[in-house]
Amino acid sequence: MDRVPILRLGDCLLVTVQVDMHDELAMTLQDDLTNKIVATKARGVLIDISALEMVDSFIGRMLGNIAAMSRILDARTVVVGMQPAVAITLVELGLSLPGIRTALNVDAGLALLRRMLDEGGEGTHVD
Amino acid sequence: MSIEPTTLPVRSGEDVVKVRQAVRTLAMDLGFSLVDQTKVITAASELARNTLTYGGGGEVRIERLNQGPKRAGVRLTFEDRGPGISNIDLALTDGFTTGNGLGLGLNGARKLSHEFDIWSQPGVGTRVTITRWK
Repeated sequence: MDRVPILRLGDCLLVTVQVDMHDELAMTLQDDLTNKIVATKARGVLIDISALEMVDSFIGRMLGNIAAMSRILDARTVVVGMQPAVAITLVELGLSLPGIRTALNVDAGLALLRRMLDEGGEGTHVD
Repeated sequence: MSIEPTTLPVRSGEDVVKVRQAVRTLAMDLGFSLVDQTKVITAASELARNTLTYGGGGEVRIERLNQGPKRAGVRLTFEDRGPGISNIDLALTDGFTTGNGLGLGLNGARKLSHEFDIWSQPGVGTRVTITRWK
């Protein structure tokens, strides 16, 4: 069965969406990712969509769901690598991806995640 | 691939992907810019999903329009025999949905197209036609 691979990078998870995702695959990714956040105690999630040729309202909603779910599981999400044509189309479509942090590439995304984790982690570490 | 018009089924999530790919192939072939390709593919994706989710499946006709050397376009006609839409104005409102989506699909597809036409009759079905010129 098709699955989007989820890689572990220290305390973060890296998802590189490389295929033209059909809806069931997007739903599977949502489930897999939330399970993996809990299993690995990940603090950050980086989703690389540089290979996606389009983001429609369904994929936009999936990205928003992942960000919201990971937030509840005490992890932060950054979406990276959106192509300019995709960004232009998203805005024209009326989708502004509220609640989703973005960065231009994986390096910038990791740096942003690092800053978010350094700043926003108060009260969560009791050890 | 220049055997348009083509009619493709829209009966599964994989079909939606195939529709996107067929539309991209045609838009590229017609020399659409990357942004215009992306817009028409995204509109096609929204409408194909509507056909699948709300219409219970159907089909799409993909046409190449050539009106003179400088006027090329893509026309897509999505048709289903589902429950139909009783209030089209409401269905075209951003944020309105009877499903669990964002309610941006139909109006989003309209915004991404140059021409938009919708016909629907409750109990009979729905037909949405969009055109995007180069």
